[in-house]
Amino acid sequence: MADRKRDLLLRSIIERNPIALLVLGICSALAVTSQMKTALVMSICVALVTACSSFIISLVRNQIPNSVRIGIQITVIATLVILVDQVLKAYYFDLAKQLSIYVGLIITNCIVMGRTEGFAMSNPPVSSFLDGIGNGLGYGFILMTVSFFRELLGSGTVFGIEILPLAGNGGWYERNGLLLLPVSAFFLIALIIWLLRTIDPVQQEKN
Amino acid sequence: MAEESAAKPFYSVLILALVCSALVAGAAVGLRPLQEANRRIDQKKNILRAAGIYRPDGNVEQQFAPIQTKIIDLASGEFVPEDQLSPAAFDQRKAALSNDLGMTLDKGKDPAGLSRVEKYSLVYLVMGNGRVDQLILPVRGKGLWSTLYAYVALDADLTTIRGISFYAHGETPGLGGEIENEAWQGSWQGKKIYGPAAAVALKVVKGKAAETGEASDYEIDGLSGATMTGAGVSNLLRFWFGEHGFQPFIRRLQQQGGLNG
Repeated sequence: MADRKRDLLLRSIIERNPIALLVLGICSALAVTSQMKTALVMSICVALVTACSSFIISLVRNQIPNSVRIGIQITVIATLVILVDQVLKAYYFDLAKQLSIYVGLIITNCIVMGRTEGFAMSNPPVSSFLDGIGNGLGYGFILMTVSFFRELLGSGTVFGIEILPLAGNGGWYERNGLLLLPVSAFFLIALIIWLLRTIDPVQQEKN
Repeated sequence: MAEESAAKPFYSVLILALVCSALVAGAAVGLRPLQEANRRIDQKKNILRAAGIYRPDGNVEQQFAPIQTKIIDLASGEFVPEDQLSPAAFDQRKAALSNDLGMTLDKGKDPAGLSRVEKYSLVYLVMGNGRVDQLILPVRGKGLWSTLYAYVALDADLTTIRGISFYAHGETPGLGGEIENEAWQGSWQGKKIYGPAAAVALKVVKGKAAETGEASDYEIDGLSGATMTGAGVSNLLRFWFGEHGFQPFIRRLQQQGGLNG
């Protein structure tokens, strides 16, 4: 039993990563990864929302009429996202400003709905909660990796701390402007997917 | 899956909607005072940033202490006494929409695309060594997608820019959104708003601004991929430093012998 719980929590990081294997949640992965700090907050928010919405949906999964289940899932997710947004605005205003519309866009993050529909509707609450956290971790793993490279090579910093002194500020590092643009996340995510599927050939799609 | 009657989807959705709306409404109302306080501090930060005196480690209220907030009548350019309008309670965006404090702009006089504008405006005087050191003016105008909001800090000579801070907008991140870029905002320092003909001469150009000669005082580098946002910035300068904006106020100050006259 403990094994299964650990498995639920950890399998989504490498083996069944929502971004790398299922290619879900790409849009926000492009938008918030130019800085590690915003990527971290976004990952935490997504993990919380996924876990809580999975938990709630799983709790009432036997009461949800089949015909309106998607609508009910979206309502629960949207409520949680608004709560997260309000709390961020009240207690972490600067972060809320940086994330601006992206917090609201968690609603449309396919990972959240994918987990409620694909897992929570047919599994008990605690497993669903762990699965939600696990998927949040998997999402966060990719976001942090992408944002590490984007911030380091694009701005010469890691979590805002200067690592490579920029030529513009009297240092030696000529920054790579491409990495500050959202497209660079596409290339980085593609490289990560390539790497993961080479290490673990099970993930490769069959022709 | 439970057996479904025709009515079940209705009441389950109804119950869910009630619970969720109660939660959302509760959070919105309960957290509003904190959010409002944050917003006020953020606004002060932006004013301090425009003035170039913001220190991230210090207390914002303390740093704001040398700044005096006043209200002016935009048409006459006179200060409005505090018993008539109190700066602490004055909400400029609401004023633009109200019948008493705002007015509708004619199309031809509205380069910034505001459609309604307030008759009164807040201004901030930054004091230093017993005299007014900088004048900070709130401006706004349409960019490509959204309204751009900024504070412009003027030197005591009333035409040289000491700093600018765009603090709210909904432009494309990475393109028009680069108006938030501190390096770009830094390039505004030392530019002059009014040309020799006393008309607004400062504008955002396409490509690089002139580096030498007379034009270099009045040109700001364009942002690549943000032509429309740049045009919006030029337009809002034209409006807010023109005759329907702060020009009467600035002219009055100049007649009185500058900010410290």
